[in-house]
Parts: sequence; structure tokens; C-alpha cells
Amino acid sequence: MDKLITHSPILIIAIPLLAAFLTPLISRVNQKARDVLVITTLALAGFLVIILARDIYANGIHIYTLGASSPTLAIPEQYMVPMRIILEVDAMSIFMCIIWATVSLAAGIYSLSFMKEETGRDRFYTLLLLMVGGVFGMMLTGDLFNLFVFLEISAISGGALVAFRTRFTDAVEGGLKYIIISTVGALMVLFAIGIFYAQYNLLNIAALGQVIQYTMLDKVALAFLVIAFAMKLGSVPLHMWVPDTYAVAPANITAMLLVSSQICMYALFRTCFSLYGVTLNTATVGWIVIILGMLSMFVGVTMAVLQTDIKRLIAYNCICESGYILLAVGVGLAVLGQPAALDTYGIAAMSGGIFHMINHALFEGLLFLAAGVLFYRVGTRNLNEMGGLAHNMKFTAILFLLGALASSGIPPFNGFASKLLIYESVYQFNPILAIIGIIVSIITLAIFVKAFFSAFTGQVLPKYKDVREAPKLMMLSMIILSIIIVFFGLFPGLIVDWLAHPAADALINQAEYISAVVGG
Amino acid sequence: MTQGAPFNVPFLAVAMLIGIAFYIILSQRNLIKLVMGLGILASGVNLFLITLGYREGGVAPIYTNVPIEKMVLPVPQALTLTSIVIAVATLALMLSMVVHIYRHTGSVDAEKSRTMKG
Amino acid sequence: MAALEFGLDFWNPIVWVIVFLVLIAGAYLLRSRGQKKYKKGTAQTQIFLSGEEPPPVEQRHIKAHNIYWGFLQALKGYYDPTVKAHTGIINDYMIWFTAIVTATAVILFIVG
Repeated sequence: MDKLITHSPILIIAIPLLAAFLTPLISRVNQKARDVLVITTLALAGFLVIILARDIYANGIHIYTLGASSPTLAIPEQYMVPMRIILEVDAMSIFMCIIWATVSLAAGIYSLSFMKEETGRDRFYTLLLLMVGGVFGMMLTGDLFNLFVFLEISAISGGALVAFRTRFTDAVEGGLKYIIISTVGALMVLFAIGIFYAQYNLLNIAALGQVIQYTMLDKVALAFLVIAFAMKLGSVPLHMWVPDTYAVAPANITAMLLVSSQICMYALFRTCFSLYGVTLNTATVGWIVIILGMLSMFVGVTMAVLQTDIKRLIAYNCICESGYILLAVGVGLAVLGQPAALDTYGIAAMSGGIFHMINHALFEGLLFLAAGVLFYRVGTRNLNEMGGLAHNMKFTAILFLLGALASSGIPPFNGFASKLLIYESVYQFNPILAIIGIIVSIITLAIFVKAFFSAFTGQVLPKYKDVREAPKLMMLSMIILSIIIVFFGLFPGLIVDWLAHPAADALINQAEYISAVVGG
Repeated sequence: MTQGAPFNVPFLAVAMLIGIAFYIILSQRNLIKLVMGLGILASGVNLFLITLGYREGGVAPIYTNVPIEKMVLPVPQALTLTSIVIAVATLALMLSMVVHIYRHTGSVDAEKSRTMKG
Repeated sequence: MAALEFGLDFWNPIVWVIVFLVLIAGAYLLRSRGQKKYKKGTAQTQIFLSGEEPPPVEQRHIKAHNIYWGFLQALKGYYDPTVKAHTGIINDYMIWFTAIVTATAVILFIVG
């Protein structure tokens, strides 16, 4: 068991990649065996994540050096700097891994039923497992170039999955836009990595954090990194690809894509907190992140009022919720240099933002899966043509309502707990930001009233008299997510103390991140 | 940092390539030209990576016994190889998507072939 | 364990759920003291439109693009330029990216 824990970072990445390459071979033999392989791989990765998480919360940061004689030997003999690729897992990384393991397992179970009538399903599952491995790699790595490689892996497989159903015109267009945006962003990240290597001869994040000075070239690199990651996570004004892509992808792929966007948010925080730390002008960069968050919140939710396509509406809501997280962690970044303010409300703001990350993944995932059920049974995404579906699809209506209430921040669900933390701490930083946040939350409730009213309430329309309830596997995956939502809503103190607060502490504590690799 | 002439010609070439690539991406509506522009952008960034590893008077970093002269840096060359492979895969995928869009809508223009806006 | 604490305030969802259930019980109690006798299927359960015929079912449901019309009209000055900015052309997305990168770099050079 100890050996399993020591080697678990590389196993979490390697097992989905290996299964991805086995999938086409096994599916030539038997289709059901391939389904079992996919679900087993996702469950096994989730199990490894859980045992690694318990070890990290007990013992601190866990590093793994690839290719060394022992996994903790970060710096080889006769060298002064780390030479190999190092996977460095702290509380924030394992938090994102928990989110991804949960959402990908639910999405995998959903896709067994949703993609039943498609051909070429072995390629679909290959791409899905590649994406799972790629995103796990982005979360666990401590090396900048490794981050770039896994960013590209998850972007390519995600784009191919979005455009999978090539019989729809808008699906291929959404996939093309996603790939173009990802390529430009990733090339700018590579340019910034080149700037770092030219100045300091290092690629490891912890080693760079130790020696970085804030020169002119570093400012250029910071601008490229921040805006490239902001474009990939879908913050206004670089958000226009998000509704185009999220609306046309298969429903479970959308739920996975939005966690993939949250990973780019994690990479942004890693750059600002662990790579630069206090050498950058935290007030300026913090306010840039706060302004990106405010714009995302406001433009995201007001554009959602106009939409008549149900998945575009939920996609604009995703942009709004990402804005909340950027706002909260931006406040934490802005007061990073002032210890008094950090203790009073900075850490609370960051805990609220990080707690909102997992809540966002869960309730948006549930909303997209429920909208996918509507598309599967009714055949359209257009809200103008739907009506009175709650008579036939009672469970889907209840689960959609659960996700909608959680997203608007209605007690006692989890959205309320994290938004309350965010409002309370941001108010002490600047009251106007909190007031705009509350107004945006009210408009969020308005857009979900519109969606729920148009799709589900009303009398049964004659053309939808024979619509059946969702299939059992789709129902199972939605119920998994909704049980976690209700649990997080009833016990928020537990989750904040055990998951979100250690993650916020790990982000702020740059010294511990550096000393785990460089030593002493 | 690299030494050399007061203005380094390879870095100037990198700036020109990236500038031309951004001009193409910003202004050309034809999707195939857009993909070509992304290829030029990838080439520009790859050239930047190789150029920053150059040391004046250095030899190629392939050796049996360690020589006395200087060598150019080998790590950026490894980074560039990885980046070239990723760019090939990405460009192939993008071109196949453009072909699908042409088959569906009959046009390769970014404005005429869009189906979603607002 | 269930409570969330910060500063001097706290939020306890278990207490909220208990209060909610008590209020729901009270509302149900009030409802059970109302009219119990009504005849189903007669004019007592039909839609009442001041004596007019209600339209058929397909035309009764309000369509999604008509909801919130007043809100959209009131904010027309904000919505018209914003919707026009969301063109859907990929080149415009790249123009936004270049502009924001340049602006961020300029801000970082000048201020911090």
C-alpha cells in the first residue's frame, strides 16, 4: 500500500493513457468488455486519487521524480538544480484531481447510454480516456513544459470530442473554434516558457519560483501567461468561443470540458501564486484578475437572458460562475502582501473561491447532463419548441431544478454556502464588488426560471405526449452528482475545513512549495 | 543571455514571423488561410526556442568524450521537437474540420459559414 | 461540523432545514382547513378567461423569446452594442485577444 501511494502520481496519469490505447483493440473483440474497461479505469483512477489525497492531508507535499533512482530524489548528485521532470502534488492539486475524478466518472457512466446509437464508439472512448489522462497530467505536474504538453493533449482530444458528431454543422464549427483558440493560447504559453528558459535556464516551477526577479521580460511573460489562460478558461472579453463550443458538444463532453477550463484557472493561480509569488506587484495583478472576474459575471449573465437555446444559456451561466471564482481569488491575490488583511478576509475569500470551484463543476455538470437528456428524448435544444415536459420526465425536472437552485445560490444548497463566503470576504475588501455579485446572483435565478418555465412547466403539448423518462444509466450519473450536491450543501463546514482551506493555504505558501523540491 | 551583434537577426526573424502570423489570423476570413497563419505562428515560436539556445561559436551538443569547446544548449532543441510534433497533429485536425465545414455549408469563409452568433 | 464560520457570523444549514420543515408543516396545516369539496371535470376546474374560449394547447404556452421582454427593452442601450459585438467570427475573437494582451503588457510596464 505504501508503494502504491508513493507511485500513485504517475499511475494516475499512466493508467488512463494505457487504457486509451487498449480500447480500440478490446473493442474489436467485444463491445461490452470495452465499456467495462472504461468504467474500471475511471474508477481505479478515482481510487488512487483518494488514497493519495489522504496521504497528502496527513503528510504534506508529495513529489515524484521521473527517471530517478528513488522518487523523492529531486536534485541529482553534483547538480545544484532539479534536472528531471518532477510531479509535485500539494493540497490544491489533489483538490482539482478529486473534482476531475468525480465528474469524469459521472460523465463516463452517462456516455454508455447517451452514445448508444453512434458509430465509431471505440474512437470516442479512446479520445475520452486520452482527455482524462491529459487533464490529470496538467493537475499533477510541477514542470512548466510538461504543463504545456498536457495542455495541448487535453485541447486536441477535447476538440476532437466536441466535433465528434460530424453530421451536425454547428458541432464541427464549435470544435474548430475550440482548437483555434487552444492553439493560439498554447503557443503564447510556449513563448513565455521560452522567455523563462532564456533568462534562468530552468523549467521547474518550484526552482523558478526561487530565483525569479521581476524584470521587463518577466512582465511580458506574465502578460502572455495570464491572458492565454484567461482566454482558455472563458473570461470576458475572451469568452465568445464558450457558448459556441459548449452548446454543440455531446452533453457529457461539455461537463468534462468545463472542468478542463477550470484546470486552466488552476494553472493561472499556480503562475501567480507559486511561480511569481510576492515578487510581482500583487495589487496590480490582483486588480486585473478582479476586473476580469467582474466583467465575466456581468456580461455572462446578462447575455444569458437573451438565449433561446438551452445549452447556450447554461454555457453563459458557466462564464458567470467562473467570474465569481476569479473575483474571490483575485481579492486574495490583491492582499497577498499584507498579512493582516490576508488573515482577516484574504484566506476566507480564497477558500470561498476554491470551494466554489468544486460546486461549479458539480451543479453545472448536473445541468448539462439534464439538458442532454432533453436533447436525447425530445430531439431539439430550442426552448421555443419545448413545453410541459415535466409531466412525462418528472425526475429530470426535479434534478434540473436542483441544479438551477444550487447555481443561483438558494439555501440550503452548496452554491449558497460558497457564495456567502465570497460575499462576506469581498465586502470587506470593496463593498461595490459584493453588491454587484448579489445583483448578478438574482439575475442567475431569473435565467433559470426562464429555462425551467419554457421547458418543463405548462400543459402537455400534443407532440410530446409519448416522450419517455431518461434511461437508467443517465439517471444514475445525474443522481451521483446530485447526492454530492446535497451533501455539500448540508455540511459545508466539513468541506471547507477539510478540502478548501488546506488548498488555499497551499497556494499562499510559496516557500513550502519551493522547499519540497529544492530542499532545505 | 545570448551575446552577438547589437541586433540579432534570428530574433528579428522571429518577430517578423509572429507579426505576419498575427496579421493573417486577424484579417483573413478564409479558413484555410487562417490555418496557414497558425502554422506560421508555430514556426515562429519554434524558431524562438532554438535561437535562444545558441551560444557564439558553439558546436552541436552530440559528443562521445566531453570536448573543450562550447556547445549550444540541447534542452530547447528537445522542446522544439515536441512542439513541432504537437503542431503537426493540431494542423491536421484543424484542416479535417475545415473540410467538414465546407461539405456542410459550401463555403470556407469564416463569416458565411458560421451558424451561431450572439 | 455542518456550520460554516467566519468572523462573527455563521451559517448552519441543518438549523435552516429544520425551520423550513416547521414552516412547511404550518403551511400544510393552514391548507388542510380550506375547502375540501369541489367537483372535478365540471366548470370548477377549467381555465377562466372572463368568459372567452381559451386558445388550443400549442398556442397557450408562452414562447421563450418572449419572456423578459420588458427587461430587454429597458436595457436596450446596453444590449444592442453587446449583441453586435458577439459576431461569431473567429477573427474577431483573435482581435480581442491581441488587444487585451497588449493592454495588459502596457499596464504591467507602467504601473507594476
